[in-house]
Amino acid sequence: MEIPTIVGAGLIVIGAGIGIGRIGGSAMDAIARQPEAYGKIQTAMLIAAALIEGIGFAALFAG
Amino acid sequence: MQSKFLLKFLTITLLVFSLNLNAQHDTHDSSIEKVDLKAKIKADIDHHIQDSHDFTFTYDKENNKYWGFSLPIILWDNGLHLFSSSKFHHGESVAENNGNYYKLYHNKIYKTDAEGSISLDDHQHPTNSKPLDFSITKNVFMIMVTSVLMLLLFGGLARSFGKGPIATGPGRFFEPIVVYIRDDIARPNIGEAKYKRYMPYLLTVFFFVWFLNLFGLTPLGVNVTGNIAITFALAIITFLITQFSGNKNYWKHIFWMPGVPVPMKIILAPIELLGVFIKPFALMIRLYANIMAGHIVLMSIIGLIFIFKNWIGGGLTFFLAFFLTLIELLVAALQAYIFTMLSALYFGFAVEEHEHDEAH
Repeated sequence: MEIPTIVGAGLIVIGAGIGIGRIGGSAMDAIARQPEAYGKIQTAMLIAAALIEGIGFAALFAG
Repeated sequence: MQSKFLLKFLTITLLVFSLNLNAQHDTHDSSIEKVDLKAKIKADIDHHIQDSHDFTFTYDKENNKYWGFSLPIILWDNGLHLFSSSKFHHGESVAENNGNYYKLYHNKIYKTDAEGSISLDDHQHPTNSKPLDFSITKNVFMIMVTSVLMLLLFGGLARSFGKGPIATGPGRFFEPIVVYIRDDIARPNIGEAKYKRYMPYLLTVFFFVWFLNLFGLTPLGVNVTGNIAITFALAIITFLITQFSGNKNYWKHIFWMPGVPVPMKIILAPIELLGVFIKPFALMIRLYANIMAGHIVLMSIIGLIFIFKNWIGGGLTFFLAFFLTLIELLVAALQAYIFTMLSALYFGFAVEEHEHDEAH
Protein backbone atom coordinates (compact mmCIF):
# COMPACT_ATOMS: atom_id res chain seq x y z
CA MET A 1 0.00 0.00 0.00
CA GLU A 2 1.61 3.22 -1.06
CA ILE A 3 1.74 6.37 1.01
CA PRO A 4 -0.89 8.31 -0.96
CA THR A 5 -3.41 5.51 -0.47
CA ILE A 6 -2.79 5.47 3.26
CA VAL A 7 -2.98 9.25 3.54
CA GLY A 8 -6.21 9.23 1.55
CA ALA A 9 -7.73 6.56 3.76
CA GLY A 10 -6.78 8.59 6.82
CA LEU A 11 -8.44 11.70 5.38
CA ILE A 12 -11.62 9.78 4.65
CA VAL A 13 -11.77 8.49 8.21
CA ILE A 14 -11.15 11.98 9.59
CA GLY A 15 -13.98 13.36 7.44
CA ALA A 16 -16.43 10.68 8.48
CA GLY A 17 -15.38 10.98 12.08
CA ILE A 18 -15.86 14.73 12.20
CA GLY A 19 -19.24 14.48 10.48
CA ILE A 20 -20.62 11.78 12.73
CA GLY A 21 -19.10 13.42 15.78
CA ARG A 22 -20.88 16.68 15.07
CA ILE A 23 -24.16 14.85 14.56
CA GLY A 24 -23.70 13.04 17.83
CA GLY A 25 -22.93 16.30 19.56
CA SER A 26 -26.02 18.06 18.22
CA ALA A 27 -28.10 15.03 19.14
CA MET A 28 -26.80 15.21 22.71
CA ASP A 29 -27.60 18.91 22.89
CA ALA A 30 -31.08 18.31 21.57
CA ILE A 31 -31.72 15.49 24.04
CA ALA A 32 -30.48 17.69 26.87
CA ARG A 33 -32.95 20.40 25.90
CA GLN A 34 -35.91 18.06 25.56
CA PRO A 35 -35.40 14.65 27.13
CA GLU A 36 -38.82 13.34 26.09
CA ALA A 37 -37.92 13.54 22.38
CA TYR A 38 -35.12 11.03 22.90
CA GLY A 39 -36.58 8.40 20.56
CA LYS A 40 -37.05 10.66 17.56
CA ILE A 41 -33.68 12.32 17.99
CA GLN A 42 -31.95 8.96 18.23
CA THR A 43 -33.66 7.81 15.04
CA ALA A 44 -32.65 10.92 13.14
CA MET A 45 -29.11 10.68 14.46
CA LEU A 46 -28.74 7.06 13.32
CA ILE A 47 -30.06 7.86 9.87
CA ALA A 48 -27.67 10.76 9.39
CA ALA A 49 -24.77 8.73 10.76
CA ALA A 50 -25.50 5.84 8.43
CA LEU A 51 -25.63 8.14 5.42
CA ILE A 52 -22.29 9.70 6.27
CA GLU A 53 -20.77 6.33 6.93
CA GLY A 54 -22.11 5.15 3.58
CA ILE A 55 -20.17 7.84 1.75
CA GLY A 56 -17.13 7.12 3.88
CA PHE A 57 -17.16 3.46 3.04
CA ALA A 58 -17.83 4.08 -0.63
CA ALA A 59 -14.81 6.36 -0.79
CA LEU A 60 -12.72 3.90 1.20
CA PHE A 61 -13.53 1.09 -1.16
CA ALA A 62 -12.91 3.18 -4.22
CA GLY A 63 -9.48 4.10 -2.92
CA MET B 1 -37.42 -14.42 37.67
CA GLN B 2 -37.26 -12.34 34.52
CA SER B 3 -33.66 -11.35 35.06
CA LYS B 4 -32.62 -14.99 35.37
CA PHE B 5 -34.11 -15.76 31.99
CA LEU B 6 -32.47 -12.69 30.53
CA LEU B 7 -29.13 -13.75 31.96
CA LYS B 8 -29.37 -17.22 30.45
CA PHE B 9 -30.48 -15.83 27.11
CA LEU B 10 -27.62 -13.33 27.01
CA THR B 11 -25.06 -15.93 27.96
CA ILE B 12 -26.16 -18.33 25.27
CA THR B 13 -26.32 -15.61 22.63
CA LEU B 14 -22.88 -14.29 23.44
CA LEU B 15 -21.40 -17.78 23.58
CA VAL B 16 -22.77 -18.61 20.17
CA PHE B 17 -21.32 -15.50 18.65
CA SER B 18 -17.95 -15.90 20.34
CA LEU B 19 -17.56 -19.46 19.11
CA ASN B 20 -16.11 -18.24 15.86
CA LEU B 21 -13.10 -17.07 17.86
CA ASN B 22 -11.95 -20.67 18.28
CA ALA B 23 -8.80 -21.85 16.60
CA GLN B 24 -9.49 -23.22 13.20
CA HIS B 25 -6.35 -24.94 12.11
CA ASP B 26 -3.14 -26.23 13.54
CA THR B 27 -0.21 -23.89 13.84
CA HIS B 28 1.86 -26.14 16.09
CA ASP B 29 4.71 -26.18 13.62
CA SER B 30 7.32 -24.13 15.47
CA SER B 31 9.26 -23.25 12.35
CA ILE B 32 6.42 -21.33 10.70
CA GLU B 33 7.69 -17.95 9.55
CA LYS B 34 5.65 -14.85 10.24
CA VAL B 35 5.30 -14.23 6.50
CA ASP B 36 3.95 -17.71 5.94
CA LEU B 37 1.47 -17.27 8.80
CA LYS B 38 0.26 -13.97 7.36
CA ALA B 39 -0.25 -15.59 3.98
CA LYS B 40 -2.23 -18.37 5.64
CA ILE B 41 -4.40 -15.89 7.49
CA LYS B 42 -5.01 -14.00 4.28
CA ALA B 43 -6.03 -17.21 2.53
CA ASP B 44 -8.44 -18.02 5.35
CA ILE B 45 -9.98 -14.57 5.24
CA ASP B 46 -10.41 -14.85 1.48
CA HIS B 47 -12.05 -18.22 1.92
CA HIS B 48 -14.51 -16.75 4.40
CA ILE B 49 -15.40 -13.75 2.33
CA GLN B 50 -15.71 -15.21 -1.14
CA ASP B 51 -18.52 -17.26 -2.47
CA SER B 52 -17.63 -20.87 -3.20
CA HIS B 53 -19.15 -23.80 -5.00
CA ASP B 54 -19.05 -26.08 -1.99
CA PHE B 55 -19.94 -25.49 1.63
CA THR B 56 -16.75 -26.01 3.60
CA PHE B 57 -17.02 -25.31 7.31
CA THR B 58 -13.35 -25.69 8.01
CA TYR B 59 -10.36 -27.27 6.37
CA ASP B 60 -6.84 -28.42 6.96
CA LYS B 61 -4.93 -27.93 3.77
CA GLU B 62 -1.79 -29.82 4.73
CA ASN B 63 -3.57 -33.01 5.66
CA ASN B 64 -6.13 -32.44 2.92
CA LYS B 65 -9.07 -32.77 5.26
CA TYR B 66 -12.22 -30.81 4.63
CA TRP B 67 -15.31 -30.68 6.78
CA GLY B 68 -18.39 -29.63 4.87
CA PHE B 69 -20.60 -30.72 2.05
CA SER B 70 -20.57 -30.13 -1.67
CA LEU B 71 -23.23 -28.28 -3.59
CA PRO B 72 -24.64 -28.94 -7.06
CA ILE B 73 -23.08 -27.25 -10.05
CA ILE B 74 -25.49 -26.24 -12.79
CA LEU B 75 -23.88 -25.06 -16.01
CA TRP B 76 -25.27 -24.10 -19.36
CA ASP B 77 -22.79 -24.70 -22.11
CA ASN B 78 -24.81 -25.66 -25.22
CA GLY B 79 -26.59 -28.15 -23.04
CA LEU B 80 -27.29 -28.51 -19.37
CA HIS B 81 -24.51 -29.89 -17.19
CA LEU B 82 -25.43 -30.94 -13.70
CA PHE B 83 -22.91 -32.45 -11.34
CA SER B 84 -21.67 -32.21 -7.80
CA SER B 85 -18.90 -29.86 -6.84
CA SER B 86 -17.04 -32.76 -5.22
CA LYS B 87 -15.76 -33.55 -8.72
CA PHE B 88 -13.59 -30.47 -8.46
CA HIS B 89 -11.89 -31.75 -5.29
CA HIS B 90 -11.59 -28.22 -3.95
CA GLY B 91 -10.05 -26.77 -7.05
CA GLU B 92 -7.43 -29.42 -7.62
CA SER B 93 -8.86 -31.67 -10.32
CA VAL B 94 -10.68 -31.25 -13.58
CA ALA B 95 -14.35 -32.18 -13.64
CA GLU B 96 -15.67 -34.03 -16.64
CA ASN B 97 -19.31 -34.08 -17.59
CA ASN B 98 -20.77 -35.21 -20.91
CA GLY B 99 -17.45 -34.81 -22.65
CA ASN B 100 -16.71 -31.26 -21.47
CA TYR B 101 -14.02 -30.53 -18.97
CA TYR B 102 -14.28 -27.79 -16.40
CA LYS B 103 -11.84 -26.44 -13.87
CA LEU B 104 -12.12 -24.05 -10.98
CA TYR B 105 -9.74 -21.12 -11.12
CA HIS B 106 -10.07 -18.53 -8.34
CA ASN B 107 -13.56 -19.76 -7.58
CA LYS B 108 -14.80 -19.39 -11.13
CA ILE B 109 -15.56 -22.24 -13.52
CA TYR B 110 -13.79 -22.30 -16.87
CA LYS B 111 -14.06 -24.68 -19.76
CA THR B 112 -10.83 -26.49 -20.37
CA ASP B 113 -9.38 -29.69 -21.79
CA ALA B 114 -8.52 -32.99 -20.15
CA GLU B 115 -5.32 -31.70 -18.56
CA GLY B 116 -7.00 -28.65 -17.13
CA SER B 117 -4.89 -26.03 -18.83
CA ILE B 118 -5.83 -22.43 -18.14
CA SER B 119 -4.26 -19.91 -20.48
CA LEU B 120 -3.61 -16.54 -18.90
CA ASP B 121 -3.29 -13.24 -20.70
CA ASP B 122 -1.04 -10.32 -19.80
CA HIS B 123 -3.07 -9.27 -16.79
CA GLN B 124 -3.15 -12.80 -15.38
CA HIS B 125 -6.78 -13.22 -16.37
CA PRO B 126 -7.81 -16.54 -17.87
CA THR B 127 -8.79 -16.54 -21.52
CA ASN B 128 -10.69 -19.81 -21.44
CA SER B 129 -14.36 -19.61 -22.17
CA LYS B 130 -16.76 -19.58 -19.27
CA PRO B 131 -20.01 -21.51 -19.33
CA LEU B 132 -23.11 -19.84 -17.93
CA ASP B 133 -22.97 -20.61 -14.26
CA PHE B 134 -26.28 -21.18 -12.48
CA SER B 135 -24.82 -23.31 -9.71
CA ILE B 136 -26.11 -23.42 -6.20
CA THR B 137 -23.18 -21.77 -4.53
CA LYS B 138 -22.73 -21.11 -0.82
CA ASN B 139 -24.49 -17.75 -1.02
CA VAL B 140 -27.45 -19.14 -2.97
CA PHE B 141 -27.72 -21.98 -0.50
CA MET B 142 -27.71 -19.56 2.45
CA ILE B 143 -30.35 -17.41 0.79
CA MET B 144 -32.51 -20.49 0.40
CA VAL B 145 -31.96 -21.45 4.04
CA THR B 146 -32.87 -17.93 5.15
CA SER B 147 -35.98 -17.93 2.98
CA VAL B 148 -37.17 -21.21 4.47
CA LEU B 149 -36.40 -19.92 7.96
CA MET B 150 -38.38 -16.74 7.34
CA LEU B 151 -41.29 -18.67 5.84
CA LEU B 152 -41.45 -20.92 8.86
CA LEU B 153 -41.09 -18.16 11.43
CA PHE B 154 -43.45 -15.63 9.93
CA GLY B 155 -45.90 -18.14 8.53
CA GLY B 156 -46.17 -19.54 12.02
CA LEU B 157 -46.58 -16.05 13.45
CA ALA B 158 -49.36 -15.17 11.03
CA ARG B 159 -51.18 -18.44 11.57
CA SER B 160 -50.96 -18.22 15.34
CA PHE B 161 -53.18 -15.14 15.27
CA GLY B 162 -56.04 -17.35 14.19
CA LYS B 163 -56.20 -18.84 17.67
CA GLY B 164 -56.44 -15.63 19.59
CA PRO B 165 -55.19 -12.07 19.84
CA ILE B 166 -51.85 -13.05 21.35
CA ALA B 167 -49.26 -14.65 19.10
CA THR B 168 -47.79 -18.02 20.05
CA GLY B 169 -44.93 -20.00 18.67
CA PRO B 170 -41.34 -18.96 17.94
CA GLY B 171 -42.33 -16.17 15.59
CA ARG B 172 -43.84 -14.13 18.40
CA PHE B 173 -40.45 -12.64 19.14
CA PHE B 174 -40.72 -10.72 15.90
CA GLU B 175 -44.18 -9.27 16.36
CA PRO B 176 -42.97 -6.07 18.08
CA ILE B 177 -40.41 -5.60 15.33
CA VAL B 178 -43.07 -5.96 12.64
CA VAL B 179 -45.23 -3.42 14.46
CA TYR B 180 -42.25 -1.09 14.78
CA ILE B 181 -41.57 -1.28 11.05
CA ARG B 182 -45.20 -0.52 10.35
CA ASP B 183 -45.61 2.33 12.82
CA ASP B 184 -42.23 4.03 12.78
CA ILE B 185 -40.80 3.27 9.35
CA ALA B 186 -43.66 2.75 6.92
CA ARG B 187 -46.44 5.01 8.21
CA PRO B 188 -44.42 8.20 8.81
CA ASN B 189 -42.54 7.97 5.53
CA ILE B 190 -45.10 6.64 3.09
CA GLY B 191 -48.25 8.05 4.61
CA GLU B 192 -51.41 6.55 6.03
CA ALA B 193 -53.11 5.99 2.71
CA LYS B 194 -50.58 3.93 0.82
CA TYR B 195 -48.22 2.31 3.30
CA LYS B 196 -49.92 -1.06 3.17
CA ARG B 197 -48.82 -1.78 -0.38
CA TYR B 198 -45.16 -1.50 0.54
CA MET B 199 -45.25 -3.30 3.88
CA PRO B 200 -44.55 -6.80 2.46
CA TYR B 201 -41.41 -5.64 0.70
CA LEU B 202 -40.18 -3.60 3.67
CA LEU B 203 -40.70 -6.45 6.09
CA THR B 204 -39.06 -8.93 3.76
CA VAL B 205 -36.03 -6.80 3.12
CA PHE B 206 -35.55 -5.96 6.79
CA PHE B 207 -35.58 -9.52 8.03
CA PHE B 208 -33.72 -10.84 5.00
CA VAL B 209 -30.83 -8.42 5.50
CA TRP B 210 -30.86 -8.83 9.28
CA PHE B 211 -30.82 -12.63 9.25
CA LEU B 212 -28.17 -12.81 6.55
CA ASN B 213 -25.98 -10.34 8.45
CA LEU B 214 -26.36 -12.48 11.56
CA PHE B 215 -25.49 -15.63 9.63
CA GLY B 216 -22.36 -13.87 8.46
CA LEU B 217 -21.24 -13.47 12.06
CA THR B 218 -21.54 -17.16 12.92
CA PRO B 219 -18.62 -19.57 12.55
CA LEU B 220 -20.14 -21.04 9.40
CA GLY B 221 -18.04 -18.84 7.17
CA VAL B 222 -20.85 -17.42 5.03
CA ASN B 223 -20.80 -13.90 3.75
CA VAL B 224 -23.96 -13.21 1.79
CA THR B 225 -24.66 -9.52 2.34
CA GLY B 226 -20.98 -8.75 2.01
CA ASN B 227 -21.23 -9.70 -1.64
CA ILE B 228 -21.85 -6.80 -3.95
CA ALA B 229 -24.00 -8.85 -6.30
CA ILE B 230 -26.51 -9.56 -3.54
CA THR B 231 -26.74 -5.96 -2.36
CA PHE B 232 -26.95 -4.88 -5.99
CA ALA B 233 -29.99 -7.09 -6.43
CA LEU B 234 -31.66 -5.67 -3.32
CA ALA B 235 -30.94 -2.09 -4.38
CA ILE B 236 -32.25 -2.77 -7.90
CA ILE B 237 -35.53 -4.06 -6.47
CA THR B 238 -35.93 -0.93 -4.37
CA PHE B 239 -35.09 1.18 -7.41
CA LEU B 240 -37.65 -0.58 -9.60
CA ILE B 241 -40.38 -0.32 -7.00
CA THR B 242 -39.81 3.42 -6.55
CA GLN B 243 -39.78 4.10 -10.28
CA PHE B 244 -42.86 2.02 -11.00
CA SER B 245 -44.83 3.58 -8.20
CA GLY B 246 -43.84 7.13 -9.00
CA ASN B 247 -46.78 9.40 -9.64
CA LYS B 248 -46.95 12.65 -11.56
CA ASN B 249 -45.72 14.68 -8.60
CA TYR B 250 -42.61 12.56 -8.36
CA TRP B 251 -41.58 12.94 -11.97
CA LYS B 252 -42.42 16.61 -11.86
CA HIS B 253 -40.16 17.07 -8.88
CA ILE B 254 -37.32 15.42 -10.75
CA PHE B 255 -37.53 17.10 -14.11
CA TRP B 256 -39.37 20.34 -13.54
CA MET B 257 -39.20 21.21 -9.86
CA PRO B 258 -42.22 23.37 -9.01
CA GLY B 259 -41.77 26.55 -7.05
CA VAL B 260 -38.30 27.60 -8.25
CA PRO B 261 -37.39 30.04 -11.06
CA VAL B 262 -36.88 28.61 -14.54
CA PRO B 263 -33.05 28.80 -14.69
CA MET B 264 -32.92 26.85 -11.44
CA LYS B 265 -35.31 24.30 -12.87
CA ILE B 266 -32.97 23.65 -15.76
CA ILE B 267 -30.00 23.28 -13.45
CA LEU B 268 -31.86 21.06 -11.03
CA ALA B 269 -33.15 18.59 -13.62
CA PRO B 270 -29.86 16.74 -14.34
CA ILE B 271 -28.90 16.81 -10.67
CA GLU B 272 -32.20 15.26 -9.65
CA LEU B 273 -31.89 12.69 -12.43
CA LEU B 274 -28.48 11.72 -11.14
CA GLY B 275 -29.94 11.50 -7.68
CA VAL B 276 -32.49 8.96 -8.90
CA PHE B 277 -29.65 6.59 -9.67
CA ILE B 278 -27.26 7.53 -6.92
CA LYS B 279 -29.70 6.83 -4.11
CA PRO B 280 -30.06 3.08 -4.76
CA PHE B 281 -26.36 2.92 -5.62
CA ALA B 282 -25.56 4.30 -2.18
CA LEU B 283 -27.92 1.72 -0.66
CA MET B 284 -25.93 -1.01 -2.34
CA ILE B 285 -22.52 0.34 -1.37
CA ARG B 286 -23.50 1.13 2.21
CA LEU B 287 -24.66 -2.38 3.04
CA TYR B 288 -21.86 -4.09 1.13
CA ALA B 289 -19.06 -1.99 2.57
CA ASN B 290 -20.31 -2.11 6.15
CA ILE B 291 -20.64 -5.88 6.23
CA MET B 292 -17.54 -6.66 4.19
CA ALA B 293 -15.35 -4.29 6.17
CA GLY B 294 -16.69 -5.70 9.41
CA HIS B 295 -15.85 -9.24 8.37
CA ILE B 296 -12.37 -8.37 7.16
CA VAL B 297 -11.47 -6.41 10.28
CA LEU B 298 -12.88 -9.04 12.60
CA MET B 299 -11.04 -11.88 10.92
CA SER B 300 -7.82 -9.91 10.73
CA ILE B 301 -7.95 -9.36 14.46
CA ILE B 302 -8.64 -13.05 15.04
CA GLY B 303 -5.66 -13.78 12.80
CA LEU B 304 -3.68 -11.45 15.06
CA ILE B 305 -4.28 -13.94 17.87
CA PHE B 306 -2.30 -16.48 15.90
CA ILE B 307 0.53 -14.06 15.32
CA PHE B 308 0.83 -13.25 19.02
CA LYS B 309 1.65 -16.70 20.29
CA ASN B 310 1.61 -15.83 23.99
CA TRP B 311 -1.10 -15.55 26.61
CA ILE B 312 -1.08 -11.79 27.14
CA GLY B 313 -1.13 -10.73 23.50
CA GLY B 314 -3.56 -13.46 22.55
CA GLY B 315 -5.76 -12.76 25.54
CA LEU B 316 -6.04 -9.03 24.94
CA THR B 317 -6.64 -9.59 21.23
CA PHE B 318 -9.36 -12.07 22.11
CA PHE B 319 -11.18 -9.42 24.12
CA LEU B 320 -10.77 -6.92 21.31
CA ALA B 321 -12.25 -9.42 18.88
CA PHE B 322 -15.06 -10.16 21.32
CA PHE B 323 -16.05 -6.50 21.61
CA LEU B 324 -15.73 -6.06 17.89
CA THR B 325 -18.15 -8.95 17.43
CA LEU B 326 -20.61 -7.20 19.71
CA ILE B 327 -20.30 -4.06 17.63
CA GLU B 328 -20.82 -6.14 14.49
CA LEU B 329 -24.04 -7.48 16.00
CA LEU B 330 -25.23 -3.90 16.36
CA VAL B 331 -24.12 -3.08 12.83
CA ALA B 332 -26.04 -6.11 11.52
CA ALA B 333 -29.33 -4.85 12.91
CA LEU B 334 -28.54 -1.20 12.19
CA GLN B 335 -27.75 -1.79 8.52
CA ALA B 336 -30.95 -3.74 8.07
CA TYR B 337 -32.87 -0.90 9.71
CA ILE B 338 -31.15 1.75 7.58
CA PHE B 339 -31.79 -0.14 4.35
CA THR B 340 -35.47 -0.52 5.20
CA MET B 341 -35.79 3.08 6.39
CA LEU B 342 -34.23 4.54 3.27
CA SER B 343 -36.30 2.29 1.02
CA ALA B 344 -39.44 3.51 2.82
CA LEU B 345 -38.23 7.09 2.44
CA TYR B 346 -37.77 6.65 -1.31
CA PHE B 347 -41.19 5.04 -1.63
CA GLY B 348 -42.62 7.97 0.28
CA PHE B 349 -41.05 10.42 -2.17
CA ALA B 350 -42.51 8.47 -5.07
CA VAL B 351 -46.10 8.43 -3.86
CA GLU B 352 -46.22 11.84 -2.23
CA GLU B 353 -49.44 13.63 -2.90
CA HIS B 354 -49.80 17.24 -3.82
CA GLU B 355 -49.60 18.92 -0.43
CA HIS B 356 -47.60 22.05 -1.12
CA ASP B 357 -49.41 24.65 -3.12
CA GLU B 358 -47.20 27.44 -1.83
CA ALA B 359 -43.44 27.63 -2.20
CA HIS B 360 -41.78 24.23 -2.27
